[in-house]
Amino acid sequence: MKKYEAIIGLEVHAQMLTDTKIFCGCSTKFGSEPNTQTCPVCTGMPGVLPVLNRKALEFAIRTGLAMNCKIAPYSRFARKNYFYPDLPKGYQISQYELPICEHGYIEIVVDGEKKRIGITRIHMEEDAGKNIHEGDHSLVDLNRTGVPLMEIVSEPDIRSPKEAVEYMKKLRTILRYIGVCDGNMEQGSLRCDANVSVRPVGQEEFGTKVEVKNINSFKFVERALDYEIKRQIKVLEEGGTLVQETRLWDSGAGVTLSMRTKEEAHDYRYFPEPDLVPVTVDEKWTEDIRATLPELPDAKRERFISEYGLPEYDADLLTSERALADWYEEAVKSGGQPKAVSNWMMGELMRLLNEANASIEDCPVKPAQLAGMLKLIDKGTISGKIAKTVFEEMYKTGKDAETIVNEKGLVQITDENAILKTVDEVLASNPKEVERYKNGEEKLIGFFVGQVMKLTKGKANPKAVNELLRKRLKEQ
Amino acid sequence: MELYRLGISELKELLDKKEVSPKEVLDSLFKRIDAVEDKVKAFVTVTRDKAYEMAAKNTDGVLSGIPLAIKDNICTKGIRTTCSSKILENFIPPYESTVTSRLLEAGYVLVGKTNLDEFAMGSSTENSGFFPTRNPWDLERIPGGSSGGSAAAVAADECIGALGSDTGGSIRQPASLCGVVGLKPTYGRVSRYGLVAFASSLDQIGTITKSVKDAALLMNVISGHDPLDSTSAPVAAPDFTEVLSKDIKGIKIGVPKEYFIEGMDKEVESAVKDAIKTLESLGAIPVEVSLPHTGYAIATYYILATSEASSNLARYDGVKYGFRAEGKDLIDMYMQTRAKGFGSEVKRRIMLGTYALSAGYYEAYYKKAQQVRTLIKKDFEEAFKQVDIIATPTAPEAAFRFGEKTDDPLKMYLSDIFTISVNLAGVPGISVPCGFTSNNLPVGLQLIGKHFDEATILNVAHAYEQSTEWHRRKPEL
Repeated sequence: MKKYEAIIGLEVHAQMLTDTKIFCGCSTKFGSEPNTQTCPVCTGMPGVLPVLNRKALEFAIRTGLAMNCKIAPYSRFARKNYFYPDLPKGYQISQYELPICEHGYIEIVVDGEKKRIGITRIHMEEDAGKNIHEGDHSLVDLNRTGVPLMEIVSEPDIRSPKEAVEYMKKLRTILRYIGVCDGNMEQGSLRCDANVSVRPVGQEEFGTKVEVKNINSFKFVERALDYEIKRQIKVLEEGGTLVQETRLWDSGAGVTLSMRTKEEAHDYRYFPEPDLVPVTVDEKWTEDIRATLPELPDAKRERFISEYGLPEYDADLLTSERALADWYEEAVKSGGQPKAVSNWMMGELMRLLNEANASIEDCPVKPAQLAGMLKLIDKGTISGKIAKTVFEEMYKTGKDAETIVNEKGLVQITDENAILKTVDEVLASNPKEVERYKNGEEKLIGFFVGQVMKLTKGKANPKAVNELLRKRLKEQ
Repeated sequence: MELYRLGISELKELLDKKEVSPKEVLDSLFKRIDAVEDKVKAFVTVTRDKAYEMAAKNTDGVLSGIPLAIKDNICTKGIRTTCSSKILENFIPPYESTVTSRLLEAGYVLVGKTNLDEFAMGSSTENSGFFPTRNPWDLERIPGGSSGGSAAAVAADECIGALGSDTGGSIRQPASLCGVVGLKPTYGRVSRYGLVAFASSLDQIGTITKSVKDAALLMNVISGHDPLDSTSAPVAAPDFTEVLSKDIKGIKIGVPKEYFIEGMDKEVESAVKDAIKTLESLGAIPVEVSLPHTGYAIATYYILATSEASSNLARYDGVKYGFRAEGKDLIDMYMQTRAKGFGSEVKRRIMLGTYALSAGYYEAYYKKAQQVRTLIKKDFEEAFKQVDIIATPTAPEAAFRFGEKTDDPLKMYLSDIFTISVNLAGVPGISVPCGFTSNNLPVGLQLIGKHFDEATILNVAHAYEQSTEWHRRKPEL
């Protein structure tokens, strides 16, 4: 059997986080009553004209800059013509020949290897509405009509479903970092179509390309591509030929199904949109926008490694969300030891957030509070074990660690005499174990420590307990 | 004299001095409409009640109490706007166009919405989905088009002035054929917001009036940048009435040789040549110029205009508003709705445009036409290096008879041969009455200006008008 490799390019639609639509002043809020966020412009009344939302243009430029694109000083809108009830004008205003951004790239890491994925272009367009089918009739909701979208088209640089997932994740991270898209695939604010082909390893030319549509979650990116690649290889292996077509991912059945072939493809009759003047962007504005860009995930990750001495794994995770990274840095700035802060965030904090299905933005514990708790551990006021209980309480109540420790009397017992008293108690009530220890079963030390900790409700300093136990056992 | 006979500036004087009331004006005007509208059929909708309501408001705007007619492809909130198409027969816009908003602020009174060739596609108003409008000078003849309703209403004194729209001559040609003044401003001078689009890169709203001064008065109200139309130019508009009476001595008038061709109507030719002589006697200097790409204008126009139209008219699909035919499924509903809702000329142009934009033809048609359009624009730029304005006939012949050209679209398209280049170049043009044929049919002189220089063509047109009597003649009805 020949070895095949997959060639994948992704077309990602990202809904921009502007307050208003791209060509009118209607709200872009999600989930309102149908047709309550519409006006003559977005419902395609006779005689209306579009006016470009400057914020949408700024967001597109922002995205282009974050993805290393060239920003076109002159670009223009075009009409994509087709009939559908959710498209009130009978055409979608998009960009075609002259998009706002071109020739960029982003970097992904797969199996420890860095890889650059080219961005062919980013263009602006308006979203369509939504058809709702009910029994023998259909209804149209135009609230979403005119919501600004960016279409981000990658080069066919992706070679596996895994790379595709990493690409999507990185794209999402960048979009969220720069505040242009919330990246929510389930709500449809990030949508993905894939161009997939396979070819025998070593072959130069690309194979026949198939477009897979309707991939609307991260989980499905991998599954849909996996399925499609296997399907294509199977066709070739069985001596068949692939047809250029558009296929639809059916997430229920876990298969892609043919939607239309090349012959049935639409002729969209693109032509320059005469109702909008060409978009001109001067260099000064581009530079002003560049100056407002935050530190991007790759740069932040590198800095976390060099500045805080974090392992790659920690740096990756902590920089996957801007808010998470900010939280981390604030905790470190408040005096938390960098690796300790990272451990606590990736461990306890993430666990509690996940359990509550909350994001870091809603975290009841403030970064300085975590740093405060870590100081208590350092000073020996509480043990690492007690700290877990304290942290949970902090998460529940929002109180400082110190307050909780005092209120609950959780201060660690470091007084040797007090510990010694308990140690003696434990040894006295477990004569058999003492005997066995003396006969060489040294691992029983763990048992004794456990007993002491139990009696002191975990407040005894574990190090002191250990030392005192060994000392007493030797003396006996 | 009857009040309905007056133009805007004359009536404004009487109203301002309170010598007549807006109600008296309307009483006179509706008496006239009642008397002649059955013959002329200029209106799709007469807004009698609305007019009295508006007239009672008595504002201090510059057009307070002035009754105007609006072409029925300009949206008026709450008032049916049909584009003379069955597909919009019952369409009531939920919003006001920018031009009528500005007229409202100025206190105008709406008398009615005027007939047009369906979606402004035509040169005779015979393509109206409802009925043809007749030329007040000869009821057996067409009034021109597509703003035939507005031009006929002004000529028949059924309104004091009117707005039209001009994509390839749709204001100037009917103005010429009806013996009134028609101004197509520079593309971008007047907001298109609320003008139902035919060909977006060519459409422009303008005025149809009884005098040049009235055109200037209306232009003062409707001109200027509109944030709702990004193709409206952020160029300050002057007071167009101020420049009217300037001396035209020394103004250079270009006479393009391509516009005086063999086979053109002799009476039209001599009327226009006489007009140029009159201008010369007023001190203007005629200079022969060349607009070498004129011969490509019609072909270029019919590719670009129909391409844009095929897309602009896609929204009439029976889903949201307007006419809907029942169908067995979605596609069938689309097809039945558009087959029954559109007239044959509209369908012809949608098909032409769809073809021109199709994959494989785009380069040869649309793209090529855009390139030729640039050449035509350059023709004007070159000519305007030598002259201040250009003078031509507005239309190759006077009003023709009903049915004379309906069987031959190409023949009909040639009616706009002298006006189309102006739209392609985006420059302003005005048609003023400059004589009559032996059949007593009006002939128009077209004056073309530089971009955003309506002032100079209005100035020259006014000077010409002041020294002639053509505009004072009235049709007998």
